[in-house]
Amino acid sequence: MATALQQITLRRLAIVTVAVMGAGYALAFLYAPQDATEGFAQKIFYLHVPLAIVSLLGFIVAGIHAIRHLRSGDPKHDARSYVSIHISVILGLAVLLTGAIWAKSQWGVWWEWREPTLVSFLIVFLLYATYYPLRYAIEDRDRQARYASVFAITAGAFVPLNFLAVRLAQPYIHPRTFSSSGGLPGEMLLAFLVCLAGMALLWLTLVWFELDAKAASANLGRIRRALEAS
Amino acid sequence: MTPPLALENGGYVGAAYLVFLLLLLIYVAIMASKLQRIQRELSSLAELADRPSSGDPDHDVGDVHQREHEIEAVRQGGRR
Repeated sequence: MATALQQITLRRLAIVTVAVMGAGYALAFLYAPQDATEGFAQKIFYLHVPLAIVSLLGFIVAGIHAIRHLRSGDPKHDARSYVSIHISVILGLAVLLTGAIWAKSQWGVWWEWREPTLVSFLIVFLLYATYYPLRYAIEDRDRQARYASVFAITAGAFVPLNFLAVRLAQPYIHPRTFSSSGGLPGEMLLAFLVCLAGMALLWLTLVWFELDAKAASANLGRIRRALEAS
Repeated sequence: MTPPLALENGGYVGAAYLVFLLLLLIYVAIMASKLQRIQRELSSLAELADRPSSGDPDHDVGDVHQREHEIEAVRQGGRR
């Protein structure tokens, strides 16, 4: 019954995600005005920035689950931490790729090493890319989960510090959209917020979906072992 | 001829959104293959559970057929 309810909720969540994302990108392309300096390429902002925010927040959420895992020892929290990192790494890859495409359209180069925003995000991405080899280098399941949680907490604490350092640093060429000197006009802000909500819902849907798949796989393994033993 | 302002850099915008969709599609394809594997494992488990135990003289053949039908119904439901 509980699983059936969960399935319905996941399905509903997926439908809401598609609806909110559809509305967000419809607003971005049809309602939000075109940027005077960047032109049509500014539409990448509605994809790239929500991806970056959700990806970074996902890493922090993974750290919170890791704390809960270390405190309780419940493998459920370790699975949540693992899946949160997994989905955030995928979104992080999308951030790097969409950012490179936007950079090419605006700066004429795919990458700029002197820009702290770009390099810091790459460092965070590469840091989390090491999570998998570290985790699977340990054979013992309990130790694997514990070490992975310690990693997720340490790296999760690094994410906001890194973000703060970048905000305080002198920008080279990367625009600072949400700065004290001025923000987005109302129509753009509305489209952006709906896109951000849609991206957050997408992250949640994918995390939930993968957790369900992992739980189903683990349950099957348990049943197989029980049947083979009987 | 220069493109109209609305379509300037349209290729880059299209590429960015396409890259995102492609990544999402790859992830969904990988997850779909995992779910297929789970489905296959479930089928083999159903067969294992369905196998009559050798030392059971009271084993009812009618029950086995009934269970086969049930498992097939579950499989069909899983494919949908």
